[in-house]
Amino acid sequence: MSIVREDFREILRLVRPGARVLDVGCGEGELLEMLTREKRVDGQGLEISPEGVSACLARGLAVVQGDGDRDLDHFPTRAFDYAILSKTLQQMREPRHVLSELLRIADQAVISLPNFGHWKVRWALLSRGRMPETGALPDPWWATPNIHLCTLRDFTALCDDLGLRIDACAALDDGRPARPIDPRKPIENWRAETALFLLSRKAEAQAEAVPRNLFGEVELPKPEAPAKPKARRKKK
Amino acid sequence: MTAQAPITTAIETGGGTWRFPASQPLRLDSGASLAPLEIAYKTYGKLNETKSNAVLVCHALTGDQHLASTHPVTGKPGWWSRVVGPGLPLDPERYFIICSNVVGGCMGTTGPASPDPKTGEPYALSFPVITIADMVRAQAMLVEALGVETLFAVVGGSMGGMQVLQWAADYPEKLFSAVCIAAAPRHSAQNIAFHEVGRQAVMADPNWMGGDYLKAGVRPEKGLAVARMAAHITYLSEAALQRKFGRELQRDGLSWGFDADFQVESYLRHQGASFVDRFDANSYLYITRALDYFDLAAQHGGVLANAFAKARGVKFCVLSFSSDWLYPTAESRDIVRALNAAGCRASFVEIESDKGHDAFFLDEPQLDATLRGFLAAQAQARGLNGGLA
Repeated sequence: MSIVREDFREILRLVRPGARVLDVGCGEGELLEMLTREKRVDGQGLEISPEGVSACLARGLAVVQGDGDRDLDHFPTRAFDYAILSKTLQQMREPRHVLSELLRIADQAVISLPNFGHWKVRWALLSRGRMPETGALPDPWWATPNIHLCTLRDFTALCDDLGLRIDACAALDDGRPARPIDPRKPIENWRAETALFLLSRKAEAQAEAVPRNLFGEVELPKPEAPAKPKARRKKK
Repeated sequence: MTAQAPITTAIETGGGTWRFPASQPLRLDSGASLAPLEIAYKTYGKLNETKSNAVLVCHALTGDQHLASTHPVTGKPGWWSRVVGPGLPLDPERYFIICSNVVGGCMGTTGPASPDPKTGEPYALSFPVITIADMVRAQAMLVEALGVETLFAVVGGSMGGMQVLQWAADYPEKLFSAVCIAAAPRHSAQNIAFHEVGRQAVMADPNWMGGDYLKAGVRPEKGLAVARMAAHITYLSEAALQRKFGRELQRDGLSWGFDADFQVESYLRHQGASFVDRFDANSYLYITRALDYFDLAAQHGGVLANAFAKARGVKFCVLSFSSDWLYPTAESRDIVRALNAAGCRASFVEIESDKGHDAFFLDEPQLDATLRGFLAAQAQARGLNGGLA
């Protein structure tokens, strides 16, 4: 629970007041309601469960019963300022397509996902040879909704592949405040249990002002392999 | 339609027949116009001082203005008394609720049974063909005549839902919110096919007399009853029919003839027979035609989203029922996608029900909860008193 709340608190910090927000997999609408109340956003939710949709409606939120895997294609290009996908990407049938759709529909995407490179995960596999059950990944393998797990390094590689810019990243660890990180650092791929990303399309990211220090100060990324594209923070 | 007892609490009701003189004709999509025009309507509740609490409810094919009060012909409770009443999602203590009989109808609004001013005889087939947009235009005239500039909500199911969509396309500036239940953005080939069966049944009845049955003092009751029986099947689902009747017999043993052996036969015969008491056969032809002609995208260059281009300020709620095969969920999804594409804020729920299309008349707690939630939230946004239910 504490991770969820941390997640929401960071998203709340990121989103500009009055922005148009699409929350994919919005559940019962807690986050959208917070965003509407505190940031006066113009929000739209997408939720698969009828119970979630009913709860959202009762909160006065606009919500469509639908499936992130299928229903994103119907939203027009750049209809939103932000698309939020909280801990759901790894449950999608086609995460790569979903990610590129999110950044077609919205100028920026806020994505959080569990890091399969976390040391507890690696240790569970190494020591016991069993699928890991951790705080961020609590279900046994036969009951988990997660079908496309990835490590931080996998995810940053996919962002590079899709031409997405990482505007900010924070590690969310159970019970601790969010910690701004450089997701490309190997050490973070060991120690971040869950990561929250703010992404934008590269071409437009250069033209538009991106707020600095979204998660506070973080060391500038150190070059790993020069050929690989790097996340850069925009200088003011 | 409903097993619910009539509302016992007194609701302030109003209504009657609004007469628009020949100087205010209803201009029709066909190019013809209708004058004078009479619109029969009912109201429940009071218009508030800021005139911000008016709700228009649009009725379905065979519905009428008797939304939540006893029907004068059948003596049954209003067709939506499950939803409209004190403490219910559409509460007349909060809203000023208007429901009018559609143009072409037979419960007091000008229709094919009304006298043609040119001849003094019933219009019959000289009545002009009308469309869903014509029905909405007539409603807009009535709403304006009642002193309402903007509607807090326009709500309707089935054909009523199509009118809701037409309102959003034609009068978006007059709407705050819109609720479209179990409807479609156009009539499919299957929808038209079923209607054609119904119309042919009416016209095959010798008592139809080329439409002039009223002059002859007869009614094509058999044809209309068959039309209703066929249509009624499309309002239910296989599961609902099976659950309700199965293969149960009316009495012990088969008759070895063509009496109504099965309960489902008897039920359909009853549906047909009771329908002809309250409905005019020519009205049935005209209104089914209006439905068949309905294609909102075609009115807007073939792109449904264009219909909602000016409706960005309107909050939409679209509902469908999982077992509705008349206007299946896919149709509602098309509406929602078009709304999203147009940049409108829309909510959509598919309600799990095995009751088929008619679920919107019936006891569906999730329908009530969804309507209540959506309307209460919109009421709060609109600043209506007691917005939070």
